[in-house]
Amino acid sequence: MKVALFVPCYVDQFYPQVAIASLQLLEKLGVRAHFPKQQTCCGQPMANSGCEQDAKPVYHNFVDAFQDYDYVVGPAGSCVYHVRKHFDIIEQTPAVQHVRTNTLELFDFIINVLGITEIPGSFPHKVGLHLSCHGQRGLHQANESEMTPVRDGQLRRLLSGLQGLELTELTRNDECCGFGGTFCVSEAGISARMGQDRVQDHVRNGTQVLTGGDMSCLMHLEGIVRRQKLPVRVLHAAEILNGVIIG
Amino acid sequence: MSHSERSDIFLLDAERTTWHDETLWFVREKRDKAVYATPEFQKLRQLASDIKDHTLSRLDFYLQQFEENARRNGVHVHWAADATEHNAIVLGLLRQHGATRVVKSKSMLTEECHLNPHLLANGIEVIDTDLGERIIQLREEAPSHVVLPAIHLKKEDVGDTFHKYLGTEKGNNDPQQLTETARQHLREKFLAGQVAISGVNFAVAETGTVVVCTNEGNADLGVNLAQVHIACMGMEKLIPRLSDLSVFTRILTRSATGQPITTYTSHFTRPAEGKELHIVIVDNGRTQQLGRPDFRASLKCIRCGACMNTCPVYRRSGGHSYDFTIPGPIGAILSPNIDMRKHASLPFASTLCGSCTDVCPVKIDIHTQLYKWRQVLGEAGKLPASKKWSMRLLSRVLAKPGMYSAGGKVARQALRLLPHGLTHGQGYNPWAIARELPEPPQQSFREWYAQQPQNDKA
Repeated sequence: MKVALFVPCYVDQFYPQVAIASLQLLEKLGVRAHFPKQQTCCGQPMANSGCEQDAKPVYHNFVDAFQDYDYVVGPAGSCVYHVRKHFDIIEQTPAVQHVRTNTLELFDFIINVLGITEIPGSFPHKVGLHLSCHGQRGLHQANESEMTPVRDGQLRRLLSGLQGLELTELTRNDECCGFGGTFCVSEAGISARMGQDRVQDHVRNGTQVLTGGDMSCLMHLEGIVRRQKLPVRVLHAAEILNGVIIG
Repeated sequence: MSHSERSDIFLLDAERTTWHDETLWFVREKRDKAVYATPEFQKLRQLASDIKDHTLSRLDFYLQQFEENARRNGVHVHWAADATEHNAIVLGLLRQHGATRVVKSKSMLTEECHLNPHLLANGIEVIDTDLGERIIQLREEAPSHVVLPAIHLKKEDVGDTFHKYLGTEKGNNDPQQLTETARQHLREKFLAGQVAISGVNFAVAETGTVVVCTNEGNADLGVNLAQVHIACMGMEKLIPRLSDLSVFTRILTRSATGQPITTYTSHFTRPAEGKELHIVIVDNGRTQQLGRPDFRASLKCIRCGACMNTCPVYRRSGGHSYDFTIPGPIGAILSPNIDMRKHASLPFASTLCGSCTDVCPVKIDIHTQLYKWRQVLGEAGKLPASKKWSMRLLSRVLAKPGMYSAGGKVARQALRLLPHGLTHGQGYNPWAIARELPEPPQQSFREWYAQQPQNDKA
């Protein structure tokens, strides 16, 4: 099985530790992932801004970079969702179709391809799980409050399996954090307010470590946590799981 | 002004924003409870969606069938291509009956057509009889929500309004007393109304019936007291059969307010003895939207407002920030069809979180349509120049791995070296209004990876 690590542009530049943790976690789970250095970005920033046509060369670069792999695995639900859903505007060659179908979010890959549903380890902290909308509603990685009162999902299960970890029960389990890609600057006021409200929900309910599967939401929430100097640590779930597992 | 600029005004009052958000979230939670308690709800959504898809695919047929059956029932059917024609038809009917006093029950269509100002300008007294509508009519405001038109107002605001216009005691904010005042005030108007105008929730093609759903019973009182009833409907309100109605009555209020059904679900099939029933069927851009394959499904909307209640942006920006008759996510996909330039910012007033799509009882793919409108607006040159050129530049960089790597390095260096005040200048860095930028690391991941001896340099 040939697996490529897809490292979204902002993770590459600002959160290398998240990509390192993803790489190491996969390795501990028996998968040696490669990082094809031709990769840059999934093109979502342009497309979400209404400039899908400008994103086409970026889409082609993405497909070129990853077409020779069986799976493309990334620690960001939103970017993965973009590749799977919105790469429909370029010619659907076998390579494009292959890449779209086999680009998977990290935990989706771990659970559904590797078949690993429990990672042993201990993390004795109160952990607040932030659900990425694109991971949850787009990739169906977690139940949605619009459909059912049952709070369940891939990351929730993996994290709950860790010894000593207590999950924060949020007042609003799956409200959007307000990052929204370029929305965070084009609608900065609303974006900030949404993020502040999300952080407050965590603080009010006792979160010590705020985590999730999508670094873009976490970048925004971390920015608020740091601005407000709150006693909350923000970590990608790959960092937690890679940190506790004995390799 | 863009949606974002109007939102910033709303956000200035942080406390009111919190209250608005929590009030609408409460309605969303009531919706959730009703949905969870209905095991077949997802099946009902699919069924409702299928019925609407089918109806839209044969809309010409069902419109003619409806007209034929309504005429057979003794109903007068009028066709209006746009708002101007609609308003002229209604005014013409009023003139024909020598009417100067009209009572109106809630109708988003007449709001869309700006009927009230047209009638007022022509010497007709129009009274909105829905409580929320009446409040905003007194204040000369537009509705801020399709189901809860005065949801942007607190009881104190209503108290002030009633004090000013209906003579209640200053500072009396007791909801029950205010409601009673409105009842007494409206009762006089009902009795004096010569013509009653109502909206339409559903129009049944096989029977020629229009169905009006209200909680206050104001449509029924108005219609039964007046000599003439004019029902105004958008042409997308059709459903084929009476049996289809049961699907929609089950999902409409569960989605809207969490009620099992509206208090009143009134069927108007034929005029009472000696009275008249008119139905005005309005296009006003709907045919154009029907002709847009990517956006056709927006016409399935039954105006429940669930997408507004769930939308984290709407809850924090208020309905007026959309500056369109139908606010919220659904308004953001309907409005560019009417005026692309004016409403160009609305499809961007979303994080594309998808919650709107998931609560929509007729399964409109709202967030996908928001994304697609953005592309249409981009293609049509309706984006701000700064956005257009920055995105073009960004794509040049991101299409070339070497340029991206070098650019990233420079940017990180700059972030590290420049003083905080410069990188976080609020006047030019909107991120910094409430957030710290990430702390730039020494090495990017790709730099780190290249240094690991065990890694092949793929």
